[in-house]
Amino acid sequence: MRDLTSDLPIRFDDVALAVGETRILSGVTLTFAIGPPTVLLGPNGSGKTTLLKLAMGLLEPTQGRITFAQRPRPTSRRRAFVFQKPMMLRRTVAKNVAYSLKMAGVPQTRPRLAGLLEQVGLAAFADRPARRLSGGEQQRLALARALARDPEIIFLDEPTASLDPFATKGVEDIITGIARAGVKVVMTTHDLGQARRLASDVVFLAKGRLCENAPADAFFNNPTTTEAQRFLAGDLVI
Amino acid sequence: MHMRRVALSAMAGCVLFLGVHASHAQDKSIVVSSTTSTQDSGLFGSILPMFKAKTGIDVRVVAQGTGQALDTGRRGDADVVFVHARSLEEKFIAEGFGVKRFDVMYNDFVLVGPKADPAKVKGGKDILSALEAIHGKGAAFVSRGDKSGTHAAELALWKAANLDPAVAKPSWYKEIGQGMGAALNTANAMPAYLLADRGTWISFKNKGDMEIVIEGDQRLFNQYGIILVNPAKHPNVKKEVGQAFIDWILSDDGQNAIRAYKIEGQQLFFPNARGSD
Amino acid sequence: MLDLILSGDANFYAIVRLSLFVTFSATVIAALIGMPMGAFVALNRFPGRDALIVVLNGFMGLPPVVAGLAVFLLLSRSGPLGPLGLLFTPLAMIIVQAVLITPIIAALTRQVVEDLWAEYREELLAMGVGPADRVGTLLWDARFSLVTILLAGFGRAAAEVGAVIIVGGNIDGFTRVMTTTIALETSKGNLPLAVGLGLVLIVLVMIVNALAWGVRRWSERHAG
Repeated sequence: MRDLTSDLPIRFDDVALAVGETRILSGVTLTFAIGPPTVLLGPNGSGKTTLLKLAMGLLEPTQGRITFAQRPRPTSRRRAFVFQKPMMLRRTVAKNVAYSLKMAGVPQTRPRLAGLLEQVGLAAFADRPARRLSGGEQQRLALARALARDPEIIFLDEPTASLDPFATKGVEDIITGIARAGVKVVMTTHDLGQARRLASDVVFLAKGRLCENAPADAFFNNPTTTEAQRFLAGDLVI
Repeated sequence: MHMRRVALSAMAGCVLFLGVHASHAQDKSIVVSSTTSTQDSGLFGSILPMFKAKTGIDVRVVAQGTGQALDTGRRGDADVVFVHARSLEEKFIAEGFGVKRFDVMYNDFVLVGPKADPAKVKGGKDILSALEAIHGKGAAFVSRGDKSGTHAAELALWKAANLDPAVAKPSWYKEIGQGMGAALNTANAMPAYLLADRGTWISFKNKGDMEIVIEGDQRLFNQYGIILVNPAKHPNVKKEVGQAFIDWILSDDGQNAIRAYKIEGQQLFFPNARGSD
Repeated sequence: MLDLILSGDANFYAIVRLSLFVTFSATVIAALIGMPMGAFVALNRFPGRDALIVVLNGFMGLPPVVAGLAVFLLLSRSGPLGPLGLLFTPLAMIIVQAVLITPIIAALTRQVVEDLWAEYREELLAMGVGPADRVGTLLWDARFSLVTILLAGFGRAAAEVGAVIIVGGNIDGFTRVMTTTIALETSKGNLPLAVGLGLVLIVLVMIVNALAWGVRRWSERHAG
């Protein structure tokens, strides 16, 4: 049965996360809603991944509130997360996707399985052990698993960080396709070029603070904060 | 999942097999607790098939030290007890765990020792003076030390010679707490003197440098008795089948079977069943 | 000794068959109990968990004679399970071997599953995998390590002498297995035969390990 509940919009209200004494994120207020892709941009250690996991519901804030369609907890199954280093189950490519379908409560029909593999260009690898795929192929499998959940929102954590340009293009094309199909894409990157290519909105983070939140054009042409300006200029933001 | 199915069917198969096997075996079988020395002599391997051929009864022998064998009877884990320690057997009956004791056969003990014979006892006819010589010389001596019939016999002999190394524990007296075979292995390796039953000695394959130094003394006579465990104390005792075994062993058939058992041409056990005791 | 094997001595093969049957059964039982137990402890937090892990690990070092004595007292006619009449039967030997190796299998499974869970945790949570499904998923993904654990248990059980003699009674033609036969022949001074049997036992255990390895290689090729 198709899950009809929705968790969007996701609202962050002055959210902070501290681990022991260390503040990882502080004072984050923003909203993720249906629409074109949002890119969380910033140098390493700026808290992008943490913000993404909070939005997915994998972490809980130590301060502030997050609401999911005005509810305190996410309830829909139609959200997916693609990790930077996706974990491959010790089985074939096809069985990995089938597993995701099963866990999402989506009927595991042959056409659906084939369609998903086709969408990420892995149809030829259906019976290959997933752990034998290359980095780029594994990332695409992770995307297929995510799409198997028929998501309304997909979170991607540095999806091409460890990939070569050719593999990166493959993954970016799939992401663009997903966004065009109406799925909300929220992804992190520290790669300026990728942000320029894919972002419709940019959320810029530095040192755990949300510095800027603006449409892509506005951000790239007119960054308002020093950190953003320095980042765009190619300086290290320390 | 596939793996689970395989495992479950394996388990089911085991249980089925065991169930069938167990129910088959229970009907005509008894457990006899006896001693390791009797087992090691090979007697059971020889006479039990004859009994089975005649009656179809499976005799399952659990071989332990005499003390342990009697305890097994006390716990009701055996139907018949067949050991060679008269005083302990009588105690067993007096405690109410056995119905009646019958003489079955005897063999004898021999004193074995290294060819070098440090205590100079070889060729003697008197076990007591031999023990005195060993004691006086402080020659190495291995004791079973395990409450077995052989151990009881050994202690009785020391007592008869007015010596008590088991209590004084001098360094030349080695109590190993194990069976006859282990004791022989140890005595061979040390080397040391050792009191052994002739049956185990003859069939023992690791004699090394050892030989019989004293034999034939009347005091070395080793009497075997058989007792049915008391069904009044342990209702699970298979008294008919157990009694059938006892009857057979006391009968001409059984006694002849015992007499016929030889190792290297030598008879080990001398049947001497009378009536009751 | 070689002629025993080559001549197909019925008694010898009966002993080998019984040894394999007892040890296989014990391993299967120990796995069916120990693996889910290990997985459960790995994946759940509950009061006393740390103490339980210490106890489980400690029981890997349970002295076999102690296990043998405990099972003996349990199964003896004078003991609580006396009416079952299990003492001095092959089932008693299976029970005592299972008692010995279940802690090993449970403790090692716990470690393997816990390590795997640390690796898989976020992904499985993101996929909405519930507690019940986690156990199956992790055990299946850990299957190669689990096979090794099974082999460790099997090897340990196959090697057992003391406990097996205590509860089995080493009855000729009924509860005599390879290890107890070796012990018996040693005590009879029949050292060449004992050594020969020992070599046969080692070869058998090697064959089991080789088969398991073969299964693993085949499986890897087909599903990674």
